[in-house]
Amino acid sequence: MTISKLVLIELWKRKSQLITGLLAITLGIAVIVAIQSVSIVSEQNVARNLDNLGANILVLPQAASIDDYYTSDIDAPTLPMDYVERILTSTIAGVDNMSPKLTRRVKVGDQSVVLTGILPKSEIASKPLWQSSGLMGAELKTACAPTQTANQSHGMEDKKLQRKAIDTLYSEDCLVGSQVAQRLKLSANSKINIVGKEFKVVKILSETGTVDDDRIFANLKDVQTLLKLENQVSAIEIMGCCNAISEGLLGQLRNILPDTRVTTIGQIVSTQIETNQLMKKITLVMLIIIFFVGGISIGNYIWANVNERKREIGILRMMGAERSTIYKMFLLKALILGVAGGILGFILGTLAGVILGPYLAGIIVKPVYLYLFWSVLLSVAISLAGSLFPTYLAAKFDPHSNLQED
Amino acid sequence: MILKGENILKQYHHHGGLINALDHVSFTVGKGDFVTVTGPSGSGKSTLLLSLFGLIRLTSGTVFFDGKRIDNISDKHLTDIRKKSVGYILQSFALIPYLTTIQNVMIPLALEKIARREQIKRAGEILDYVGLSDRMEHLPRELSAGQQQRVAIARSIVHRPSIIMADEPTGNLDPTLSLEILDFLRKINQENKITIMMVTHSPVAAEYGTMKLHLNEGKIVNRKS
Ligand SMILES: Nc1ncnc2c1ncn2[C@@H]1O[C@H](COP(=O)(O)OP(=O)(O)O)[C@@H](O)[C@H]1O
Ligand SMILES: [Mg+2]
Repeated sequence: MTISKLVLIELWKRKSQLITGLLAITLGIAVIVAIQSVSIVSEQNVARNLDNLGANILVLPQAASIDDYYTSDIDAPTLPMDYVERILTSTIAGVDNMSPKLTRRVKVGDQSVVLTGILPKSEIASKPLWQSSGLMGAELKTACAPTQTANQSHGMEDKKLQRKAIDTLYSEDCLVGSQVAQRLKLSANSKINIVGKEFKVVKILSETGTVDDDRIFANLKDVQTLLKLENQVSAIEIMGCCNAISEGLLGQLRNILPDTRVTTIGQIVSTQIETNQLMKKITLVMLIIIFFVGGISIGNYIWANVNERKREIGILRMMGAERSTIYKMFLLKALILGVAGGILGFILGTLAGVILGPYLAGIIVKPVYLYLFWSVLLSVAISLAGSLFPTYLAAKFDPHSNLQED
Repeated sequence: MILKGENILKQYHHHGGLINALDHVSFTVGKGDFVTVTGPSGSGKSTLLLSLFGLIRLTSGTVFFDGKRIDNISDKHLTDIRKKSVGYILQSFALIPYLTTIQNVMIPLALEKIARREQIKRAGEILDYVGLSDRMEHLPRELSAGQQQRVAIARSIVHRPSIIMADEPTGNLDPTLSLEILDFLRKINQENKITIMMVTHSPVAAEYGTMKLHLNEGKIVNRKS
């Protein structure tokens, strides 16, 4: 027998009471963990996807959202390919580079993959018009980065530039993202039938951790023909010069490109940053609320427990238990409650994130095990803080008056 | 001499006035004595019993235990004396409801941080001694009143105290069980040379005393030995 064991036995014998004591703190921690696990993933996703664009201006059909751009549903709106020429023939200055793309979700066998048509460097270079406008050697540059965060994070610049500037992509050739390759069991030189047309896999792209892993890249012309979307593209990615952007490049583009949405990645990024900051604020407010509600609820539970056990405290003091032993008894109990609340909250919050993430935010949420540490730390701190005062009162009890009670 | 009180005064505030629960009480208890304290209800018996080792703070007076003055020492020090040298038995048994018989008996040993193995051995021996070796895993509510009081007795002697303070130990028991418990206390007193100070209002119980104190209105009005 030890005092710690006594605490455990008491806890176990009255475990049903625990639930009420733990409820507030567990739910509170769960909410924070859920918010955090969802927002960290969406943050990473957006950062990665934008990072991967390699462009700082996006021209989308008016009706399309940035989400359409990634999900590429079958009925996602398109815009005419002529717009590319229109930009080139205009007097607008500051467009360094352009990449038109057509993206569609298609079936290969029984698997759903995203097919993206792109123009390889060689074809861009072969267009006299494009050459004359200085787009020769269409190596995308990030010298004029949209924002520091979007481009510096994740260290993917090199890979991205390599992939974006694909030298040649002949008709009937395709490049396959690593996840698609795995799913369809493809390797270099295997053949693949996409919507009735045979393609040769020239390369499996190395994993990037972005939507591109789930894509097949083919020549834009092929894709347009295949999808019966001649001269249509889903988006035009533009590398614009920073100075030009601040001098009104976007407005000029909008003027000559009717029915489009012209946005900078910077706008998208700053919207995301605002969302993230809002999430952080919400989390902070939640933290403060949980600290008080959770602390008071545990404190209340401990106080009820102290009162229920007044006699027992008296008996122990009579037998020679010191005040410090009484402190130890109740604070140990609070510690156990805190650890339990933290672990339960983490599990509950993570489950909520993992299960609800795909529904509510359209993202795959993975457990962040580091949060277990913070959950337990936070929960223990709240629990101990809430229990300190009732425990102090318990230790101060006059042993005699509590012995008399019956 | 193991315990000595001199001019013990305990006053309570009550309805604006002062009550002398103990009114200048003096007594001396020798080692191995079986002291019975009798007196009508409200005469100060419990107050006397509980105040000697600090469960109730005295208003004034001196208490000596084992030759040392203990009425003016710190709460921590008094707690330590209770832990090592005193065993208490109360009328209501005062067992911890969620602990089994053996766990209850091990509490004084746990407070002294005695090793688990030794705790089990000693608690087992004592429970054997009080005839409860077949009730070790029972909870207090699963025991009869007499059995519960025997657990309390086992708990009061398991840490080998030099004195047992018993407040109406047979107050909740029927006459037959009372005699059983009283015989038991006498056995402990005689076999183990443990001093006992027992408060009782039963004349039969009082007969067990080798020294008898009779209180009335906080004063010792009669002493016999
Ligand atoms: N906490 C208290 N506050 C006020 N008066 C008390 C308190 N405890 C005991 N008394 C009074 O002290 C006197 C002695 O009480 P007690 O020692 O319990 O008597 P006994 O045990 O002999 O029945 C009684 O008059 C009682 O009312
Ligand atoms: Mg009494």
